[in-house]
Amino acid sequence: MSLRDRLDARPGPDAQVLLRNATVLDPVAGIEGQHDVLVRNGRVAELAAPGAAAVPDGAEVVEADGLHAFPAFFDPHVHLRTPGQEHKEDIETGTRAAAAGGYCGVIAMANTRPPVSTAADLTALRERARAGASVPVGFLATVSKAMEGEELTEMVELREAGAIGFSDDGLPIRSANLMRRALQYQHLCGGNIALHEEEPTLSGSGVMHEGPVSAAVGLAGIPSVSESIMVARDAALARYENSRIHVQHLSAAESVEAVAAAKAAGVEITAEASPHHLCLTEEAIRHTLDPVRFKMNPPLRSEADRQALIAGLRDGTIECVATDHAPHQAEEKEVPFEQAAMGVTGLETAFAALHTELVLPGVIGLELLIERLAGGAAPFGIERPTLAPGSEANIALCDLGAEWTVGEEGYESRSQNSWCAGRTLTGRVLMTVAAGQVAYRLRSFSLGVAP
Amino acid sequence: MRNLLSIEDLGREEIEAILDRAESFAEVGRRDIKKVPTLRGRTVVSLFFESSTRTSSSFELAAKRLSADLVSVKAAGSSVDKGESLKDTVATLSAYDPAAIVIRHPYAGAAQMVAGWTAAAVVNAGDGKHEHPSQALLDVYTLRRRLDSLDGRRIWIVGDVLHSRVARSDVLAFTRMGAEVTVCGPPTLIPRGIEGLGCAVEHSLERLEEADVVYALRMQTERMSESFVPSLREYAANFQINSRRLHPRQLLMHPGPVNRGVEISGEAVDSPQSLIAEQVAAGLVVRMAILYELLAGAERPAPVPDDGSGAPAGPTPIGQPA
Repeated sequence: MSLRDRLDARPGPDAQVLLRNATVLDPVAGIEGQHDVLVRNGRVAELAAPGAAAVPDGAEVVEADGLHAFPAFFDPHVHLRTPGQEHKEDIETGTRAAAAGGYCGVIAMANTRPPVSTAADLTALRERARAGASVPVGFLATVSKAMEGEELTEMVELREAGAIGFSDDGLPIRSANLMRRALQYQHLCGGNIALHEEEPTLSGSGVMHEGPVSAAVGLAGIPSVSESIMVARDAALARYENSRIHVQHLSAAESVEAVAAAKAAGVEITAEASPHHLCLTEEAIRHTLDPVRFKMNPPLRSEADRQALIAGLRDGTIECVATDHAPHQAEEKEVPFEQAAMGVTGLETAFAALHTELVLPGVIGLELLIERLAGGAAPFGIERPTLAPGSEANIALCDLGAEWTVGEEGYESRSQNSWCAGRTLTGRVLMTVAAGQVAYRLRSFSLGVAP
Repeated sequence: MRNLLSIEDLGREEIEAILDRAESFAEVGRRDIKKVPTLRGRTVVSLFFESSTRTSSSFELAAKRLSADLVSVKAAGSSVDKGESLKDTVATLSAYDPAAIVIRHPYAGAAQMVAGWTAAAVVNAGDGKHEHPSQALLDVYTLRRRLDSLDGRRIWIVGDVLHSRVARSDVLAFTRMGAEVTVCGPPTLIPRGIEGLGCAVEHSLERLEEADVVYALRMQTERMSESFVPSLREYAANFQINSRRLHPRQLLMHPGPVNRGVEISGEAVDSPQSLIAEQVAAGLVVRMAILYELLAGAERPAPVPDDGSGAPAGPTPIGQPA
């Protein structure tokens, strides 16, 4: 099995690497301890005792003493902005950002310009990914034609052309009837349906969470129930049609409750949460009114909501972290809050931010973080990355002690709207192996001078 | 004080310093020659992206009374019409090296953003539904003259709180000055969580009699994209401030412009207990005080004049004729 079986990436040489004396942690495979990790021909050939592995001809030896090797991460929710908005991001820059964040695979949303609604669109995109993607990319197609929310796309043909699943992400599916038809059609074509849950009339012209901060700063609010009632609607429809849904970027406690209730009722439902919703609250906006870092949809909510997301991540209501990496250029962001584009980038900082904000203070364990950072593969029928010997090499090599200030050395992404900009984080990805190829090396690390 | 962006940033002492300064300008205003040379040779830019009568005219007159050179830019008819971004507009105007930029903008946080882009002192003359600090300062000034002190006074702010930057700045300013503030209106016009600003919330005028001051807000129909109240007629029946509801002992305020017959009745506007005209008069001296505190106050000495006149650095004391 390879991530390339269903995802697309630029071909390259198979990795031949020996990670000497790495601290290996793969909680799902039950691997924990000091090992020499030998990667030959792009596969994990051996987990040997420290110092025991012989160096094969031509292999790169990485002194990994004190460094951690994790199964690389998988992000089921990124925006690569191609086609149509390449000034924000393209497949090359977006997948470089993914590789720099320790990801071995991403799923790109279909709300491009034009949206990915036909097999021809999808086929062209896949070709571009095979020409330029540093890590494997899977593409979703839209649920509705041109994302207009009126008619279903040709879901069967899109699946045959390689669509990983379907989503109108960026917009909710307003019509309950269209949603129902998509769920019915899923029985014919397969593929999960990823849902941006929002009731448009309740969200109205809102730009941040409705609560004490929106009241204080005079910004129109998006109430939590705007999200949770749509989660409940779609869970009820999925239950009725015996179909499968994936709920994107949960932000509100009420939504976590709705997902948990659906799971308890036996609905096939999975859910994701983003690093920014797990680390920040509406309070970030109160004094800054900064749309570059803090304006996104769904919005940053209250501390109680953040705690509910963390609890959901712990108990498995939320099975994965997804960045909702949403690049925007400065001129779309350096405007007053209400006028600014929604979204922040997150691929390059997800691991470091969650390690800094949740693992180091003891809120969640490192094992849980590593498990959830790759939990986004399974909901889309993609095999979870693992370090078990014999499997395709998908490795994130990290220094858990390295401190770095986000943005200081620029970004791999074409855009700079990182919610972490200026923050000093602890923990850094030094090297990423994706689908058996070395996808990323931190420059200073490969030169042997730092961190 | 570097900028005046929000009341949120100000403590009671800073508010009082501005009001005390305004008192001294009120004295200047009673002289024959109402102009002082304090800001001679310095430039004030007035940048209004939204319509305004009171605020723009009083800031502009305040700058002129202080002898500043004034550049007045309105969004309509400027390059903003041609799609110029706020950042570029500010960069363009900053090239004139203004001492201050007074900005009104339809979106929250605009003044704060501008402050990050220019070396000039920035005065927020209203940013979206966020804050309108100079209005709150003139409201406190007006009340202080009537009541001496706001400590322990009960002030009701009635009406469309949701769309009102004045309400937000006033709640903060009044509470900082020791008053007990209640906001009142139909639930659709009271933002969820407003109690966090330190005010009480009421949804009817039943207990209005407890107020010492009633502050009526304008129904901002131009900011309403949808129906927040079933009808203005029904709204007026339940929330209009009129002589039947107002006790003669209570003071009445309104930020203007007034919708007579909607949030406030005509006879209440014209009644002796109405401070509305005094608020407008206070606007001029308070805005003079704001410009003075920002540009000539103790923490911001004026630059040495480079006209070769050898004139002493620092502000000319007020009271000397220009």
